[in-house]
Amino acid sequence: MPGKTVPEEAAPGKTVPEEAVPGKTVPGKTVPEETTVPEETQAAAPGDLQEHFEATIARGARIEPRDWMPDAYRATLVRQIAQHAHSEIIGMQPEGNWITRAPSLRRKAILLAKVQDEAGHGLYLYSACETLGASREELTSLLLAGRQKYSSIFNYPALSYADVGTIGWLVDGAAICNQVPLCRTSYGPYGRAMIRICKEESFHQRQGYELLMTMMRGTGEQRAMVQESVNRFWWPSLMMFGPPDADSPNSARSMAWGIKRNGNDELRQRFVDMTVPQAEALGVTLPDPGLRWNAERESYDFGEPDWSEFTAVLRGEGPCNAQRLAHRRRAHADGAWVREAALAFAGKTALATAGADHD
Amino acid sequence: MTEWPLYEVFVRGKRGLNHVHVGSLHASDDQMAIRNARDVYTRRNEGVSIWVVRSDAITASSPDEKDPLFAPSGDKVYRHPTFYEIPDNVPHM
Ligand SMILES: [Fe+2]
Ligand SMILES: [Fe+2]
Repeated sequence: MPGKTVPEEAAPGKTVPEEAVPGKTVPGKTVPEETTVPEETQAAAPGDLQEHFEATIARGARIEPRDWMPDAYRATLVRQIAQHAHSEIIGMQPEGNWITRAPSLRRKAILLAKVQDEAGHGLYLYSACETLGASREELTSLLLAGRQKYSSIFNYPALSYADVGTIGWLVDGAAICNQVPLCRTSYGPYGRAMIRICKEESFHQRQGYELLMTMMRGTGEQRAMVQESVNRFWWPSLMMFGPPDADSPNSARSMAWGIKRNGNDELRQRFVDMTVPQAEALGVTLPDPGLRWNAERESYDFGEPDWSEFTAVLRGEGPCNAQRLAHRRRAHADGAWVREAALAFAGKTALATAGADHD
Repeated sequence: MTEWPLYEVFVRGKRGLNHVHVGSLHASDDQMAIRNARDVYTRRNEGVSIWVVRSDAITASSPDEKDPLFAPSGDKVYRHPTFYEIPDNVPHM
């Protein structure tokens, strides 16, 4: 590896695999496309490296940035972490819409803090992804080009202020269910980012639930607003766990690698079981006629989400796909002069300092 | 258009503790790196002090456990207190 090497966890854009040029990603290496690299395309790894990697996973230890890892493991992680990071960033939009219209200074401050946290989550995750050799610029351009995905939930609009509460309760709630097991994921920097994120998510869910409780204590019109909002967000929230395991071809391999710790269906069930009593306490009805307690399973039975809607939204046909990406592109373009000016300023200051040293 | 350089961020959680690596971020210069680090990594009083250093200024050992770098300490069991047998009746040792 030419030039500087980097500490285990520190580091990254530069840490790239041995043969990579620092700062540049090797083509085919980060492959942050939708699909992961099929196992066959992976060049035969030197046997002892592969063995060492597998032994590390098998004993439940973490893989760290400069360890040797199979190409497909790296590509899967880049894809998953990037998608996760993009979701945090795009996820600011539906709630961000309501910041200026929050009904009190208190609610405005809370919502600002919540949305700012989501920006932070995106940055933790981009930072983790960069330890795999992907550059931030590259990840951003793949998102803007629509070549990397973000969670389908953010393609639904936040139509009423009650949605701010429902998003915190259901959307952040589902995210928590997904994210808590990821704190033990096999890739060190990803797990550490998830730990930070999970610590902050509980505030997100609680502020949303408290907001809804407040509205439920209000007028009949306010209660109706909450119910209407829950009706719209319930099914998309269930879809956040991804398709049924049987239709999720990469799941098994991600589990074998310790990237994922639980199946989609298991996590979805866990979410339903946690949420039903919360809905009862709130006094809202979850819009699923098939929802009932199953004493034998000690779990709730529930209906099947409309998976054709899910795939349509993934294809870009959700209510807000175009709007979300257009907004992100505009924000990125509008910020270009700031990024350039800051660099120019830094260059000038560095020159001035160097000059001063000579005098 | 070039990307802002990458910085590694280290935070001292409270007095008496070491600075610990918490992650990385991009900034155009050192001062901005400190400010960004405050906003990204210490929104809830997670720190009393921040260090930032450009990632390309860090030199690291190889993480591979079979690396010979750490081999010299492998066979020096006498560096550990448990190497020495002291009778039970000797107090405070
Ligand atoms: Fe988040
Ligand atoms: Fe959140």
